[in-house]
Amino acid sequence: MISKRRALVYIAIIAAAAAVIWQYTVEPVADGPAVSVLHRGISSDPESVDPHKARSTQAGEVLRDIGEGLLTYSATGELLPGTAESWTISDDGLTYTFALRDNARWSNGDAVTADHFVFSLRRLVDPATAAFYAELVSDIANASAIIAGDMPASELGVEAVDDKTLVVTLVRPVPYLLSLLTFPSTFPVHPGSVAQHGEEFTRAGNLLSNGAYTLDAWEPGSVLSLSRNEHYWNNEATAIDEVRHHVVTQEMTELNRYRAGELHITGSVPPDSFAQVQEEYADELHIAPYLGVYYYGFNLTRPPFKDNPGLRKALSMAIDREVLVERITGRGEAAAYSWVPPGVQNYEPRLLSYAGLSQDERNAQARRLLAEAGYGPGNPLEIELRYNTSDTQERMAGAVRAMWKENLGVETTLINEEFQVLLANMRAAQVTQVFRSSWIGDYNDAHTFLSIMESGNASNMPRYSNEDFDSLMQQAAEQVDPTFRRSYLEEAERELLDDHPFIPIYFYVSKHLVSPDVIGWGDNVLDYHYSQHLSLAPADTAP
Amino acid sequence: MLRYALKRLLGAIPTLLLVIVLAFLMVHAAPGGPFDAERVLPPETRAALETAYDLDKPLYEQFLGYLWNLAHGDFGPSYRYRDYTVSELIGGAFPVSLQLGAMAMLLALVTGVLAGTAAALRRNSLLDRLVMAFAMTGISIPVFVIAPVLVLLLAVKLQWLPAGWSGNAGIGRMILPVIALALPQVAYIARLTRASMADVLASDFIRTARAQGLGTAAIVRYHALKPAMLPVLSYMGPAIAAILTGSVVVEQIFGIPGLGELFVRSALNRDYTLVLGVVIFYGALVVLLNLAVDLLYAVIDPRIRRR
Repeated sequence: MISKRRALVYIAIIAAAAAVIWQYTVEPVADGPAVSVLHRGISSDPESVDPHKARSTQAGEVLRDIGEGLLTYSATGELLPGTAESWTISDDGLTYTFALRDNARWSNGDAVTADHFVFSLRRLVDPATAAFYAELVSDIANASAIIAGDMPASELGVEAVDDKTLVVTLVRPVPYLLSLLTFPSTFPVHPGSVAQHGEEFTRAGNLLSNGAYTLDAWEPGSVLSLSRNEHYWNNEATAIDEVRHHVVTQEMTELNRYRAGELHITGSVPPDSFAQVQEEYADELHIAPYLGVYYYGFNLTRPPFKDNPGLRKALSMAIDREVLVERITGRGEAAAYSWVPPGVQNYEPRLLSYAGLSQDERNAQARRLLAEAGYGPGNPLEIELRYNTSDTQERMAGAVRAMWKENLGVETTLINEEFQVLLANMRAAQVTQVFRSSWIGDYNDAHTFLSIMESGNASNMPRYSNEDFDSLMQQAAEQVDPTFRRSYLEEAERELLDDHPFIPIYFYVSKHLVSPDVIGWGDNVLDYHYSQHLSLAPADTAP
Repeated sequence: MLRYALKRLLGAIPTLLLVIVLAFLMVHAAPGGPFDAERVLPPETRAALETAYDLDKPLYEQFLGYLWNLAHGDFGPSYRYRDYTVSELIGGAFPVSLQLGAMAMLLALVTGVLAGTAAALRRNSLLDRLVMAFAMTGISIPVFVIAPVLVLLLAVKLQWLPAGWSGNAGIGRMILPVIALALPQVAYIARLTRASMADVLASDFIRTARAQGLGTAAIVRYHALKPAMLPVLSYMGPAIAAILTGSVVVEQIFGIPGLGELFVRSALNRDYTLVLGVVIFYGALVVLLNLAVDLLYAVIDPRIRRR
């Protein structure tokens, strides 16, 4: 039996230990002037903070804070002058002349010059850089040959006329060039710093930025810490002093951190808690259309879908998208009846020919098409549907299987594969029949969606090939007049949809929780949210 | 003793080599590659990337090159984290996992042994039943249920502790993950201690000690505790391994940048060098831990030393 006195001693020790631990958990109150800190969630680390080596949307989110292109976007997605103050475009649409700001500076005070952009664009297309997005600028003169390794990077059609004048020459008119120049791959890097530090020029401390913030620290898997770039040309308009991009891989964890007041902005909202969030945070939830399409693709190189548009159309018609977006995704997604999402600039998406029919009418027509293709009760169609392993994909595939079964009597085998395995199978196009995929636009133009369906495009997963479509795309590419170009693109989409190489199912939405303390948030189709456009309510310096 | 240790270390080299060969072949056999995404890279860009990372060479050349670099202590660059080397990533993540693991193990050991002993001393009492009920619950409820409940209660509702890792300083951010990691171990250790303590307390030498007039506290402390701890000590080996490798779930729920999380992500990303680096690191760690345990046995038990 432990004596009472000894018990008291133990309790005292435990209490002391608890007190010490408590001491550490309470954050010390910082002295000095109040610093406003914005806490944002991102779902993964950037691949790199080298704008030429980055690829993911998460990397883009960070890079748009620390770098700046010739142009940039407002909070609501309107194009704005960035490091370039103004520009002129030649009548043939092939020559762009940019005037850089006199006060554009790197975070060490050096001026940003036209030479820096020349150096950086050359670096982007140089095969030695191995940039994921080199193709983005393949319409600049000689870019394709340089990317292929047939020409030195110095031959790229970009020229610094003087310190502040940059001339870009294209091989064909690219009406969306200005939007491309907001993309992180076209951001400049500081040539001196690259020369001095080599591979390590992106390290916090080495990295020079020309955007509103600089990178102070990056703990992989944890957080990227940014602070105000005092030399940024528009520093006076920057309200928030420090930004933390917290890497939170689990959506549920992110939601909990938001609820606990540790994040001002989340990168997403978990599907399982969506209804609850809608109720709990109705005013803080931001759902907006996003430039991305979720689709089921057909493998057009093998039976049963090869040369069988009627069969493909039948399967496409028998899917009740309204049910899917309401019951399966349920986060405000829009049912998709086109390939290009609504909200793309200077464009009106064409619709699938049957979009005007009711689901019952569609089912009846689909059954006729299926019978014409030689399938029916005596000879039921059996197909395989592949998707990547995840709860949402599983539910979606299960619902589609049920619709095909009920509406058409089609037997579907569901096959789930790890994402990389599915990608490898889609690329090989050997074992796949129907597969789940998606496409996210890189810039606000229909071209970013339509071009991947051109013959031979590496991302053309269904292996769609149609000379008429290709030729319409080619004609669109040669047009200087935006109205003509637009009509060619719309006609190309019409052609594409009539061939049913895929089943568009829904268009993505962006989903964020934004704290009421955050001022200046704007929803936009690209889902770009520059920290420099935001500010925090005065009382709120730490969440 | 020193010769024995050296012999064991040399003997570990073939084991590690085998681990490296198998891991190398397996990651390269998995479908997909480190640069694959829904946006398929144009062939030229893909070729440039593969050249940059030597992936265009025949597999045996890649392997020999990898071994050569490894022999020089170089795990190579990460394919997914293009700004970092594998050594830097492991060097950043392991201390976090180690710190959490050590704290969880300590917590589990202290509370588990205390609770188990108390239960053994008051068998079939209310206290015993409570401890055993708690232990059963702790063993049967998986950590991916316990952890979110802890977060919801202590971080979201009461806001006593942080819900995540990054941006929160000090020990505060460690408390919940350590508890979540330790709970199943506490339960297991308590059950082990209770059973073996009950056995020991029923043995003859304890009865003798009692007959000599020693009080319960002294009996437990001087006579019963050591023999009762043997099963617990032999459980420590697997427990440490389980905590160091099995913290993936806890690391994900709390967003902790530890080794388990890094390993899972690297496998999903087909980050060949990072997968290999972590496998080799874990392999070497297990070999070293086993050696340390065997050496400790030799220190404690003279019969083993003589062999």
